[in-house]
Amino acid sequence: MAIIRAEALSKTYRVADKQPGLAGTLRHFVQRRHRDVAAVKGVSFTIEAGEMVGFLGPNGAGKTTTLKMLSGLIHPSGGSAEVAGYLPQRRQADFLRQITLVMGQKQQLIWDLPPLDSLRVNAAVYGLDDATARRRIAELADMLELGEELTRPVRKLSLGQRMKAELLAALLHQPAVLFLDEPTLGLDINAQARVRAFLADYNRRHGATVLLTSHYLADITALCPRVLLIHEGGLFHDGSLRELSSRLAPCRLVRLELEEPRPAADFVSYGEVEACDGRDVRLLVERERLTEVVARLLATLEVRDLEVSDPPIEELIGRLFRQGAVA
Amino acid sequence: MRIWNLGRRLHHGGRVARALFSSQYALMLEYRAETALWALSGLLPFIMLGIWSQLAVPPAGLEPGHGAEAGGIGLDQLQLSRYFLCAFVARQFSVAWVVYAFEEDALQGRLSPYLLQPLQPLWRYVAAHLAEQVTRLPFVVLIAAVFFLLQPAVLWIPSPGRIVATVLAIWLAFTINFLLQSCIAILCFWSERASALERLLFIPYLFLSGLVAPLEVFPPALRAAAHWTPFPYMVAFPAQLLAGQPVPIAASFAAMVGWISLLLPITLLLWRAGVRRYSAMGA
Repeated sequence: MAIIRAEALSKTYRVADKQPGLAGTLRHFVQRRHRDVAAVKGVSFTIEAGEMVGFLGPNGAGKTTTLKMLSGLIHPSGGSAEVAGYLPQRRQADFLRQITLVMGQKQQLIWDLPPLDSLRVNAAVYGLDDATARRRIAELADMLELGEELTRPVRKLSLGQRMKAELLAALLHQPAVLFLDEPTLGLDINAQARVRAFLADYNRRHGATVLLTSHYLADITALCPRVLLIHEGGLFHDGSLRELSSRLAPCRLVRLELEEPRPAADFVSYGEVEACDGRDVRLLVERERLTEVVARLLATLEVRDLEVSDPPIEELIGRLFRQGAVA
Repeated sequence: MRIWNLGRRLHHGGRVARALFSSQYALMLEYRAETALWALSGLLPFIMLGIWSQLAVPPAGLEPGHGAEAGGIGLDQLQLSRYFLCAFVARQFSVAWVVYAFEEDALQGRLSPYLLQPLQPLWRYVAAHLAEQVTRLPFVVLIAAVFFLLQPAVLWIPSPGRIVATVLAIWLAFTINFLLQSCIAILCFWSERASALERLLFIPYLFLSGLVAPLEVFPPALRAAAHWTPFPYMVAFPAQLLAGQPVPIAASFAAMVGWISLLLPITLLLWRAGVRRYSAMGA
């Protein structure tokens, strides 16, 4: 059963349109002009309970705006959203008890006090009795490998420790739906891995639904069997990363290590030469021709090693975002 | 069933209030030096006392001052000293700064997590104000003690009834001030710099609240007009009450309740309209 449903969801912001310089400032002062910017354009999808879904897109694509609409922080300009059976923008208490929104680099913990003080407030706000709050704090702290950090002022914690404490605070009420906006932003590789492991563990233990945005594709590949790719406010892809890869690149990458160096011109008939560096060659070959091309390569050349793979997804998505052209 | 639900909600509210207050009090204690400086910055009534003393009617049996010769202001030196001391105390415990805190939270994106918790965010600011008042208390007592040491003749013990009424009046004055500022703070949802509007209120507040002069010195027409605004109830009324000066107690309390009854629904309506516009600035 779908726990998140977005139907032609859209959001348009009205922004002031001011030209630079003194003349622009004066003109703007006398006659203020605005223009409408469509941040999200009619996005539709459903997410089943317990799913972990990655939300991909370049900066300004509308990912965060969509998360804000789904969590009820902002009202949609059009379309509708339903989360856990509620209209998010109404922000009813029963709805808020079932969700959480974590925004990397934004904090809810009180900066000058230890996280435990903020956790006590959260426990009271969500109506957890002392025993339940203690048990959950202990469980989450154990999963997040947090100990005495909980009694140190937040300002004294490292970024990684702070993010883990933020996650603890955001999950204390055991929400059924987690909206995570760049939860690993700025963390080092070890801290990223720990947060990832924690999220996977949390999802397994509590069956929580997770919608995650991240600039680190490793987060998505490690956690999310399904991805939503949003581009210029619209939904470009809804499916697995593998399907996305096939869609973005109808080619496969063939790496060759030759016995003798060869010029690039020798490989033009096999496919697109991506790189030719002496004995190391990289070719992009159409999927339908792959078997035939590999057979020909092995028959006509002295090949020491051959490897077939999908082009890196980062590269494909990056290329898509740079091109700006979406089919 | 209904009573059980009410009991449960009260218990929940009590727990939230305790948790919010204790965390905010811990935070204020971290900033105790700043709180002391804020308390000291509220010494305006003592400066005004120095100025108005020149015009005061001297108590019977004492040499008349310039004020007596000029017609005076209807208060003798002792009454004037007590009034301004009480104005200082009333101001210390009714001051509100929610507009600045709220504006900063809205601009920095800290409001977003508050909006996603099942608690009206304004309660956090109420708790912060109350915690700050408790932190201020020792500094206010200290300043009052120094004042009594310098002017022992001013020392008086108000009746228990007056003390209770004053505490209630100051609490209502704080509520009016808080709601008034909250209305302005909520305008952050429309204009990112709502605190500029608060400055518009500062001048009428300064003069009509009785902070720079007892309302007795104002021309009767202006004094009457002032009582149609909430300002005299924010400082002058609690100060006069504590100083033991004649004041229409029932009518003033009724006016305060009236202002709260007016401001509360306005605040809630503005809030409801404002959050619809909220675009999670900085978040």
